[in-house]
Amino acid sequence: MTSVLPETAAVYWRPRLDAARLRRREQGWTASTLAHTIPFLGVAVVMMLLEPLSFPVAGIAVAHAWGIPSLYANRGALVVKPRARAGAAAEQTALGLLGDLLGHSARDLHARTGLAPERGALGTWLVGEAGALLVRPGGRRVDCWCVKVDADLPSADRTAHLLLALREDEAGFATVANLAFGGAAWRVRRRLPAAMRPALDAARRQS
Amino acid sequence: MARLICMDRSGHSTLAEWTAGDTEAEAAAIAAFQQQLEAGYYAVVSAGEGHAEQVRELPLDADLVILRRPIAGG
Repeated sequence: MTSVLPETAAVYWRPRLDAARLRRREQGWTASTLAHTIPFLGVAVVMMLLEPLSFPVAGIAVAHAWGIPSLYANRGALVVKPRARAGAAAEQTALGLLGDLLGHSARDLHARTGLAPERGALGTWLVGEAGALLVRPGGRRVDCWCVKVDADLPSADRTAHLLLALREDEAGFATVANLAFGGAAWRVRRRLPAAMRPALDAARRQS
Repeated sequence: MARLICMDRSGHSTLAEWTAGDTEAEAAAIAAFQQQLEAGYYAVVSAGEGHAEQVRELPLDADLVILRRPIAGG
């Protein structure tokens, strides 16, 4: 049985996300990245053609072309940034429940990286405490979703909330969540905490 | 023994436990379940990896029913 996530009622103005709509949003992100990159690269090339001694200005333009998409990728990677921990006993109790929800390999990956993997129709999800990464089929693109539970909970419980909602209704989950960034996996990987990168690598291999 | 649990600040709390045929425990569990739904919780039954189902009535045949808070875009 497929249920509809009740939280979608709170964002009634958003069309329910499906593969085609997600693809269009990703194309929008790609266009945005190109719009930020190509003009700066163009300026750099023109400056060098007109006057090679203008290389410092050309260098600044290239830095902008590189840096602006990186800032967006950083915003995306922040969605899975670990939050403040609750007391040790509460964290341990919450971790036990989350462990019960995960299979053996997923539990192991979560213990090592703090991200819980979940295969879905849209790709492989890596669920964190206040957001999730969606590794798209092929593993080259990652969408970063900002979504959270507004309650004072241990970190593993926050992850469990998101995991259960995702399992209830993947499309509804993506409809409720805010897309913070969509783009190349390597851009996101560079901005992830080092401990989380193996989770992204594993998800890319599976995709 | 089946359990109704609520994710909270302590990790989670067990609100009710029941076994099939124990009508008194089942009634207490149903009452606790309804009370939490009215308080804004959603009830979920996890059906293994990749599957979970939201329930609006306590499934007495489930082993574990989890109460969660609503999620929202950040």
